[in-house]
Amino acid sequence: MSYELVLFTIVTASTPFLLAALGELVTERAGVLNLGVEGMMAMGAACGFAAAITFDSNAIGVLVGMLAGMLTAAVFALAVLGFAANQVGCGLALTIFGLGVAGMIGNRFVGLRRIQIAPTEIPFLSDIPFIGKALFSHDIFVYVSIILTVLVAWFLSRTRLGLMLRSVGENHVSAQALGLPVRRIRLGAILFGGACSGLAGVYLSLVYTGFWAANITASKGWIAVLLVVFAAWRPVWLVVGAYIFGAASVLQLHAQAAQLGIPSQLLSSVPYVVTIVVLVILAWVHGRNAGGPGSLGNPYITDR
Amino acid sequence: MRLELSPRANITPLMRLAAPIAALVLAFAIAAIVIAFYGKSPLQAFDVYIVGSLSDSWALQELLVKATPLILIAIGLSYCFRSNLWNIGAEGQFVIGGLFGGWIAIATHGGEWSLVWPYVLLVGAVAGAVYGFIPAILKVRFGANEILTSLMLVNIAQLFLDYMVRGPLKDPKGMNFPQSVTFEDAALLPKVFGSDRVHFGLILAIIVVLITMVIVSRSIFGYRLRITGDAPKAASFAGFSSKTTTIIVFCISGALAGLAGASEVAGQIGQLQPTISPGYGFSAVTVAFLGRLHPVGIVLSALVLAMVMIGGENAQIMLKLPLDLTTAFQGLLLLIVLSADALVSYKFRIVRGRRG
Amino acid sequence: MSAQVSDSFGAVTSLPLVELRGICKRYGDLLANNDIDLRINRGEIHALLGENGAGKSTLVKILYGAVEPSAGDILWEGKPIAMGSPVQARALGIGMVFQHFSLFDNLTVAENITVALGKDWTLQSVRTEIGKISADYGLSLEPDRKVWTLSAGERQRIEIVRCLLQNPKILILDEPTSVLTPQEADKLFETLEQLAAKGCAILYISHRLEEVRRICSSATILRAGKVIATLDPRRNSARDIAAMMVGIEVGNISPREHAPKESMLKLNKLALKSETIHEIALQDIDLEVHCGEIVGIAGVAGNGQSELFAALSGERLSRRGMVSIEERDCSLDGITTRRTLGAAFVPEERLGHAAAPHYTLSENTLISHRLDSNVVSKGMVSKEAARKLAGEIIRRFDVRVPNPDPEARMLSGGNLQKFVIGREIISKPRLLIVDQPTWGVDAGAAHMIRQALINLAAYGSAILVISQDLDELFEISDRIAVIHDGKLSTANATESWSREAIGLEMMGIGQEGKHS
Repeated sequence: MSYELVLFTIVTASTPFLLAALGELVTERAGVLNLGVEGMMAMGAACGFAAAITFDSNAIGVLVGMLAGMLTAAVFALAVLGFAANQVGCGLALTIFGLGVAGMIGNRFVGLRRIQIAPTEIPFLSDIPFIGKALFSHDIFVYVSIILTVLVAWFLSRTRLGLMLRSVGENHVSAQALGLPVRRIRLGAILFGGACSGLAGVYLSLVYTGFWAANITASKGWIAVLLVVFAAWRPVWLVVGAYIFGAASVLQLHAQAAQLGIPSQLLSSVPYVVTIVVLVILAWVHGRNAGGPGSLGNPYITDR
Repeated sequence: MRLELSPRANITPLMRLAAPIAALVLAFAIAAIVIAFYGKSPLQAFDVYIVGSLSDSWALQELLVKATPLILIAIGLSYCFRSNLWNIGAEGQFVIGGLFGGWIAIATHGGEWSLVWPYVLLVGAVAGAVYGFIPAILKVRFGANEILTSLMLVNIAQLFLDYMVRGPLKDPKGMNFPQSVTFEDAALLPKVFGSDRVHFGLILAIIVVLITMVIVSRSIFGYRLRITGDAPKAASFAGFSSKTTTIIVFCISGALAGLAGASEVAGQIGQLQPTISPGYGFSAVTVAFLGRLHPVGIVLSALVLAMVMIGGENAQIMLKLPLDLTTAFQGLLLLIVLSADALVSYKFRIVRGRRG
Repeated sequence: MSAQVSDSFGAVTSLPLVELRGICKRYGDLLANNDIDLRINRGEIHALLGENGAGKSTLVKILYGAVEPSAGDILWEGKPIAMGSPVQARALGIGMVFQHFSLFDNLTVAENITVALGKDWTLQSVRTEIGKISADYGLSLEPDRKVWTLSAGERQRIEIVRCLLQNPKILILDEPTSVLTPQEADKLFETLEQLAAKGCAILYISHRLEEVRRICSSATILRAGKVIATLDPRRNSARDIAAMMVGIEVGNISPREHAPKESMLKLNKLALKSETIHEIALQDIDLEVHCGEIVGIAGVAGNGQSELFAALSGERLSRRGMVSIEERDCSLDGITTRRTLGAAFVPEERLGHAAAPHYTLSENTLISHRLDSNVVSKGMVSKEAARKLAGEIIRRFDVRVPNPDPEARMLSGGNLQKFVIGREIISKPRLLIVDQPTWGVDAGAAHMIRQALINLAAYGSAILVISQDLDELFEISDRIAVIHDGKLSTANATESWSREAIGLEMMGIGQEGKHS
């Protein structure tokens, strides 16, 4: 087992975390807590895989996966923006719903395989000894996830729309008083979150594994939700968090393969235990100054 | 165009009652359309899902058996949800309750015990309460988000059960199948109502429902839960510590989920297996909200969900409809129920042409 | 009443900048605005006077495009327009400074301003303009400070700068001085006069007569949704105007004998760390309140009043020896124990803290009467007894209710406050701690509440009143202390304080502040 390979797999394992968490971060910065990431990811994975097989095209698969994530997110948006329904409850419902529908769609494709999307080696950089192969000969989505992180950071801090989005998330009452289109901005953020989760799901089925299986998401969506808290709602920190969790899940797999005599269930539970420990540490460190968006999770009611 | 929502001045009991029923009808209608897309007749599906599970005495007994854990868990969850605390980990507390309750049954296997099942239930309830206590104390002591911790604990509980059943608790004479010994009669819950399927768990569920009715309608504790959820600052002004409330409700709901797990293992399955729940802990969330967190509502909605679960199994066999349809339906139902709740609480107005 | 009409070729100077004609706004059964006419000229500081609930806010929201009138016309520079939205209002040149600021705490000053402006503005151009405006009007602001670190006065400046950057033709200010120290208010008046001199019209909404008489050249008085009079406030006595606002003569508070007796509440070097960055830490607070005495605590909002209240009520615990009630150290006891010691509390926030909005009044009595064995026994609530208790409070404190047991949110601010105060003093507490007793309450209710406090003190209870309303404190307190940045000045006899001295203390630069 070469460390180069380990490093390589950590990068691929971390990418879906990063993609999904980026979407959730934007959604939460707009003041909406969408706990349905797991469901949207499953939808992306199932629909993307189904489309890629049906049309024999990865491009169509990726596109359909993202659309599926957005469509699932739109259901959530209708409930929480249209009806001001409880966001926590709806997020949970969306997870159950998404997992169910994804199962229905994926069912017909169980057992089929598709060659994983091939890596793109970056000329010259990938020839750097030791780290070149591990860092610069990845599939395109790895690069996309990093570029997207930078774009999101830029969007939030430097653009007018980003400022509006943050304002809406910070205090929707003030935002309304200033005449900002609260619902439209939130709708956009929720749909963006859905697209990102869908992409993360497609990544799982078309790149990471090359097939569809029930429970392909395995709580990765929930970890993405956690990462947003971990990053204290800052895009750049998401990368750190995603790679820590990516590393934990890969090392756990390697430990299982190495047959150290540790029960496999114990190793499988590592990411979940890590999640809880991280949550506790974060809460302890941040205290009550967690710094989340002010209106996060509150229903938007125009009382006048 | 823009949408405006404002709190409704008068909410009649009729509206509160109508909302979940309308939600149910809408969810069934959408399901019917989906089934039609599968090329099956919705009428035939109706026959399988509803008529099938109500037609004969065997089916009705099955309905009660499935509804039992749903009622127990959902009642427990209603304590949490009333106080606006999100215990999403009932599935885990159920599994732990079943595991530890089952452990008692296995430990006493072959011994000269005449009455084991009450201890199975007791230990299951305590184990569930302890497991529910974990996210509560993490929230109270450190401020860790209870949604994520309780959910992660579900995965851990399932892996733990899996390990125990394949390892220490495996039946030594079981030809290496991942399952425990079959419980002895002393450890099995007695059957009730002259049925050979419906077990003592249902009696427990009914008792829990009755006690909860008194608590929510008349007691100061019920008031404490409600006000903690509805107006947290007013609750603390009334002298109710939110931390204590959090611990209490998580322990109650953990205990009831654990009790459900133990009664499922000792009343229905009769041994430990790697999986002991078809997702009761998650379905119970839908049950709790569909029942508007009211004990009677929960009983009714547990029966509905049990019907859907049985119907789903039947439909898989008879109509070749995927089992995931049932899962999707539950998620959809919860989404619609929550939206319908909002429809009752707020006035909707479409204002043309502007935004502000 | 006919407006001066311009000839069709221009000369519009004599035309009012904005004119409202026959404005009506109906909310269900309530007619919030009833056939209102209002004219404002360029360069004029026009006051809109009225009690809480008179319809001022509704009228302003209509003018600002946030609310649609049920009937009536708006004329802008003589031409009828349909005021569609705040965005449109701003484009016309209407700027609005809200009473509850529409700011974003975790954004910087410059970001807060940029987000409210049109697409042409960038963070960079806003930064530059802030500098210019600061120089022109003496409105100093640091563009990169986060808003939560700023005082109320500075926050208000952000709102004003936001408006000024859009070159408004009219600036609307809603109760602008309610959050300011007297000195900060003076500075605001200077700015407003400067603006008016440059031709900007100002609509000044207030219920404080003194300041209106000081800066406004005309005033429109509203009562119960109707225009009662339009007049020049400088030519009418404050008493006459007050009578027009209230409709009845406001009575005087009946005095009482004041002979302080034994100590009831004692704070000894009370300190409290802030739990979040948005909280104020309390430091070294010493205070004693005696039976039969009313002690007032003045201060600008956000200087530790809520934290002090929480430390006194027991919602926040301090350390041993810091808070004692009747010589008994209860620093580590929660609110329930303190209630059993004879204390009662009225928090600032009526809906949500003092009362649960969606609960009926009888359910809300439980909040502070759950230890009353008539109401709750053996853990079970007697709904009957709770309703009886609520009925008694309603009767004795003249709470106007739409039905015998309405939800708290259905009551007007004044009536709910009467209910809350009544709920607390019906059991004749030996110690009462009140935060903002008459905030946002109509004059009639405010008068009644103050009288109730006086009566309770006369009966022999100790009362601590935290308030931002200096008039109120001067009216009812025997002694006054000032809180600033979590520190409390000594409590001196009311007569020994001048407004000036209190104002300096409120800014933390008074005599007391230096050595405390």
